[in-house]
Amino acid sequence: MNQKLNARTITNKELFYGHKACGGCGEALAVRLAMKVLGERTFASLPAGCMSAVSFIYPNMAFTSNAIITPFASTGAVAAGVAAGLKALGIEDTHSVGFAGDGGTADIGLQALSGAIDRNDDIIYFCNDNEAYMNTGIQKSGLTPYGTRTTTSPAGENLPGSITMKKNMFEIVAAHGIAYAATASIGYLEDFMKKVQKAKDIKGTSYIHVFAPCPTGWGHESNIAVSLAKQAVDCGLWYLAEYENGEFTLNKNPKEFSSVEDYLKVQGRFKHLEDRDIEIIKNHRDTKWKKMRRDWVR
Amino acid sequence: MGKKLFISGNDAVAEGVRLAKPHVISAYPITPQTIAVERLSEMVEDGSLRAEYMHVESEHSALACAMGVSSVGARAFTATSSQGLLYMAECLPYASGARMPIVMMNANRALATPWNIYGDQMDSMFLINSGWIQVYVEDAQEALDMMIQAYKIAEHEEVMTPMMVNLDGFVLTHTYELVEIPEQNKVDEFLPPINMTKQKMDVDNPKSLCISAGNDFNMEFKIKQEMDMKNSVTVIEGVDKEFGDKFGRYYNGMLEEYRCEDAQVILITTGSVTGTSRIVVDALREEGKKVGLLKLRYLRPFPAEGISDTVKNAKVVGVIDKNISFGFEGTIFTNVNSALITLEKTPKTINFIGGLGGRDITKKNIDEMFESLLKEASGEKQERIQYMNVRCMG
Amino acid sequence: MKRPKVKKWTEPKTIKDYPMGSTCDSDHLTSINAGWRTFRPVINYDKCVNCLRCFLVCPDGVIDKSGEKLEIDYDYCKGCGVCEYECRPRAIDMVKEEK
Repeated sequence: MNQKLNARTITNKELFYGHKACGGCGEALAVRLAMKVLGERTFASLPAGCMSAVSFIYPNMAFTSNAIITPFASTGAVAAGVAAGLKALGIEDTHSVGFAGDGGTADIGLQALSGAIDRNDDIIYFCNDNEAYMNTGIQKSGLTPYGTRTTTSPAGENLPGSITMKKNMFEIVAAHGIAYAATASIGYLEDFMKKVQKAKDIKGTSYIHVFAPCPTGWGHESNIAVSLAKQAVDCGLWYLAEYENGEFTLNKNPKEFSSVEDYLKVQGRFKHLEDRDIEIIKNHRDTKWKKMRRDWVR
Repeated sequence: MGKKLFISGNDAVAEGVRLAKPHVISAYPITPQTIAVERLSEMVEDGSLRAEYMHVESEHSALACAMGVSSVGARAFTATSSQGLLYMAECLPYASGARMPIVMMNANRALATPWNIYGDQMDSMFLINSGWIQVYVEDAQEALDMMIQAYKIAEHEEVMTPMMVNLDGFVLTHTYELVEIPEQNKVDEFLPPINMTKQKMDVDNPKSLCISAGNDFNMEFKIKQEMDMKNSVTVIEGVDKEFGDKFGRYYNGMLEEYRCEDAQVILITTGSVTGTSRIVVDALREEGKKVGLLKLRYLRPFPAEGISDTVKNAKVVGVIDKNISFGFEGTIFTNVNSALITLEKTPKTINFIGGLGGRDITKKNIDEMFESLLKEASGEKQERIQYMNVRCMG
Repeated sequence: MKRPKVKKWTEPKTIKDYPMGSTCDSDHLTSINAGWRTFRPVINYDKCVNCLRCFLVCPDGVIDKSGEKLEIDYDYCKGCGVCEYECRPRAIDMVKEEK
């Protein structure tokens, strides 16, 4: 049985350091803590995206362990190849890990991820979800929620920003019958680290979908990044759940949601929303939670 | 002497790969490559090849997966063709820039549209600038032998560059020939285990791979790649010689000339059309015509010096291209002309474009090519670009 | 302070000296991020209860917990203020950088 992971028990050693991510970057925090849990014998595969753009600028390298930038669509495939290569060479006690963004996972990388899960390759795949293509300048992805203003889903008289809901990546992944999948948030870091540890211990493919605010893309103060990620869970627009042994579990089931409006109004990307848009967002949330509470609570 | 088997080009590729013992094979099926990967999967199943066969969901992932394998210093193989090669295109310069010694078989096949599954060279020509070494084989034996040579060349410490072995779709992949299978112990002596040191991820010496280099450093990385690619010629020739010494089959390195010494006209070929052309050359020589043949084995690195040296005394040089760079001419023709421009006295050149979508290039067509070259040599002006065996023009 | 440090790095002088492939040693920092900062977090040790919340939530990992007191690596702190915002005893002050 592993020790409970928290600020006190987690290693002081930094394995992801000196990167050029924006101040208050949620994704960078997720990668940093995941690396701490996974350890030095981790081989990280990162597709095009913020985390690769800020960490491999010759000659400044931010990963202290092995890491590789993959083609955008190929996080799952490269990580699978790394795992296969290590196995073939008999290099044991290592972890092949992918860190992709929301677009790199739910859009361009979905096929390669699906292939890896289908083969049950021994990899851990992280989707660092900041709800848009941030590295290229805040464009809409398949994980951009309804009503988000991005540079390709402008809000105006005719449109409220993005008009699609988030793709349901967690359940798409689970539908493969994956060994382990979880959702997490950088607002609940102990929960996140516990899930990383679980993924680390499980043989076969694991998927962790971590919600990670982006001050630059979301238009909020950098200091509230962690708190906002907690608020997202508390107001029901994100959720903490696991899929294991074929069963879903809702890890956090609040009696009452905190205010959706409070969550939305501190972010520039939602400033334009009108009451009717917020109603749509709440209705979508309620439908989702009704189903989760019915099926995922035991 | 190894045993001899009557097998297809695809089978020969699989036999060659088995002897080269890759750690991982990642491939996606596409006609006419399929039989090669089917055989390999059978070899993995029956235990005669101790490798992992990864059922990837696309060609893009086939090469991405091979990159992952290579990134930790293991030996990777993949195979594709045509649309599949183009689908993995993004990954080709990725792998070559990272100096990953992956070996790939490509069954040369036409590109859509119009759809066509038969052989031409449009696919590999599309990727000629991808930073991969490109070799074109003439028959099944050469296909098998090149699978073994390819790993030795690609993994040479000064080369460390991925390599594409091209076989004409159907004409080579599906044609049966008597092929000698080298003995495993001799192959093991010839091909040492892969040993990457500088550009792999290693627990004891952590590396960051496929990094970015801005406008301040990017060019120097590319220049190094170019210098090493050019220098690989020496390694290619050395490996071919060593292979010949060991297995008794020499392929003459970058290119192979046939009856070129005193030739007035020389026809340049690649791949399977060379066999037919040799027969035509012999027949014309019988008639006293001074004709020769130059088979290009490698298109990257390009044997520019070897070509100009071979044809420098000829009056006219013909180039067969089973491809068109739309809006210009055949790609090999462009390359050959660029090589010849360095000569003080440049031979005249004629481009024969043919074989598109698997159209036959017959003995008669090759006869016609030599006839045209000889006419040009005797001062009778010929069309600079000629389309062979077409139903109609104009 | 147990945090990765800037390494002395000299530019390759010849093409031969450049890495083989698009490769570089990991754990290879050649520049610092201190210039990004407008405000610097300063720990008030009288108020600090050593709960390590700031260490946990820092996106850049610049808070070192190995010593007796928490220490901030100002070479790499970007001044985002997450530590100050998350500090329950309000033991971190954001102080404007003098230019």
